[in-house]
Amino acid sequence: MISIKNLRASIEGKEILRGVNLEVKAGEIHAIMGPNGSGKSTLAAVLAGNENYEVTSGEVSFEGKNLLEMAPEIRAREGVFLAFQYPVEIPGVSNINFLRTAMNEIRTYRNLPTMESKEFLRLVKEKQKLVEFDAALTNRSLNEGFSGGEKKRNEIFQLAMLDPKLAVLDETDSGLDIDALRIVSKGVNKLRSEKNAFIIITHYQRLLDYIVPDYVHVLYNGQIAKTGGKDLALELEEKGYDWLKETSQEKELA
Amino acid sequence: MIQQITNSLYDQFIADFELRSILSSSSETGELHIIRESAFEHFKKLGFPNTKVEDWKYVNLTPFLNEDFITEPEDEIPTINDDEIAKAKIKSLDCYHLVLVNGQYHSNLSDPIAGENVFVSSISAAVNEPAFKAHFGKYIALEKNNFAALNTALFNDGLFIEIKNKTVIDKPIHVIHIISTDNNLFIQPRHLIVIGPHAELSIIESYITAGSKANIFVNNVSEIVVSEQAHLQHYYIQGGNENTRYIHHTEVVQHTSSLYNNYKASFPGTGLLRNNLNVVLDGENIESHLYGLYLAAGKQVIDNHTIVDHLKPHCHSNELYKGVMKDEAVAIFNGKIFVRKDAQKTNAFQKNNNLMLSKKAVVDSKPQLEIFADDVKCSHGSTIGQFNEDALFYLKARGIGEEKAKALLVHAFAYDVTEKIPLPAVQAHINHLIEEGLK
Repeated sequence: MISIKNLRASIEGKEILRGVNLEVKAGEIHAIMGPNGSGKSTLAAVLAGNENYEVTSGEVSFEGKNLLEMAPEIRAREGVFLAFQYPVEIPGVSNINFLRTAMNEIRTYRNLPTMESKEFLRLVKEKQKLVEFDAALTNRSLNEGFSGGEKKRNEIFQLAMLDPKLAVLDETDSGLDIDALRIVSKGVNKLRSEKNAFIIITHYQRLLDYIVPDYVHVLYNGQIAKTGGKDLALELEEKGYDWLKETSQEKELA
Repeated sequence: MIQQITNSLYDQFIADFELRSILSSSSETGELHIIRESAFEHFKKLGFPNTKVEDWKYVNLTPFLNEDFITEPEDEIPTINDDEIAKAKIKSLDCYHLVLVNGQYHSNLSDPIAGENVFVSSISAAVNEPAFKAHFGKYIALEKNNFAALNTALFNDGLFIEIKNKTVIDKPIHVIHIISTDNNLFIQPRHLIVIGPHAELSIIESYITAGSKANIFVNNVSEIVVSEQAHLQHYYIQGGNENTRYIHHTEVVQHTSSLYNNYKASFPGTGLLRNNLNVVLDGENIESHLYGLYLAAGKQVIDNHTIVDHLKPHCHSNELYKGVMKDEAVAIFNGKIFVRKDAQKTNAFQKNNNLMLSKKAVVDSKPQLEIFADDVKCSHGSTIGQFNEDALFYLKARGIGEEKAKALLVHAFAYDVTEKIPLPAVQAHINHLIEEGLK
């Protein structure tokens, strides 16, 4: 589904990603772990098309198309979804109007007819139930007055509504209490299928107790330093990221 | 005098007034004639303002006033087709329509409003009404308002509305002001709205230009009286083409326990739009809200000057003006709050926020507070900013294109003002005009 080759990216002249390679196929869940500052969120931002980051070299191919050439909205319409680490509050833009606009923009791009109000509201109800997100959305501004947990759950709800091919979850677990974490994970597990794929970025192993990944990658110093199965997360939890520094240094020495 | 423009137009008005005095002094009441004469003396002294006058610092009127204008009303009334009127109408708003063409009230194009407590006519037909005599020309400080002085001296026609004692009109009144001319025209409409004690009214005033390419300068003056316990919801929806220039003076006087809300939305089009909105709170327990929204584009100049004058204790005023600036447009916000010595326990707030969509647009924002009482709560402030990049990226990351994302954010910015509009149909109409204005 997505193939990242030797991706390098920098912000304000400082190189953060230093040659990332990653292959994700449909039906797979990949977890990306790593210490603070290793480039996890940068990778998410670059995939979504955040213009604050400059891609200096490398390729990203999404469903055979060059993702890096696309504007952020085109990436979303092609089926890339980023669940933000810090969802933005936009007073004055209603949740429902926002979602409906997004949905119709995506549908128009895919040559589908725009959705009737009734049908749309039915879908909202259905998906809210699916991801157990019961916050009142009508007559409320986007994320305004939502708690940290509600904002994250709203991201998952949007994910359910927009039904992307590839979802990138950027530290969706940070700031969630255990109940919220369980609900968010349940939502993701319900949404996963043979047709879509997830890249889950997380600092802690905790989330991976609920969402079982096919692969775990450790991002360190802008590169994927280690790749393994779900057991790698446990190993990391036990040994900490310092263990990685050693292996990374060994690699550099070699 | 150094601080005035004396040009051929000035001379033209001097001649007009002299001619008028000879021709029409007999047909108008003596009182009115005295008001006109005194106003004209003020204008003669003041002339047209130049940019050395503080109140006109940011707007150079010279190019607008140096054109040739016909200053007498045209004999022939331009024909206005129903389509033009229909365009100004507000979808699904159940209301009475009143139509004015070049400042003249046309009863044949307007809806009759039933009830003996409601009086609607042209202002020239109202000069003998007690309400006219009691209020006309009584409130504006003509010694410092060049254009209001000129208007008072030489106005031809306009609208008179009186809502008497304890009357509540069942539907809002929508006044459609249409400008249409084939010749360069300088017109001076004059309106008087008197809301009697305990009476209530919602009035929407729309300004449009209908298919004319000639230059037109509108020097408009409205006097509004809101009596004890009366409520007035007053909307301005200002549009027009770039050959239309407006000086728009609104003088509001409020009495004890009254409410006056002004919602003003100004859109791309008119070359020059200068609004003077003065509200005098002459009583206790008065409430006034002034909400403004301006969307300026092209080389348009939108200039809002407001004065909120607290004379008595226990009153509340709140002013919020929001501007969205495109292209090379210029906007001025000059808001003044006076809290006089007697006006203890006053709450007076004022805010001006601007969203710049273009690097070439200019805003001059000047909030001012003058407080002479010691037990008051007042605040003022202004901001000038750009799109929040994080919000823009968030919307795009959900598939929303650049244009639409920006439109959503402009609506969100304007929302603090638009959400205050109590009539949903008017709110929708204004939101629609914002969308059109952004294109």
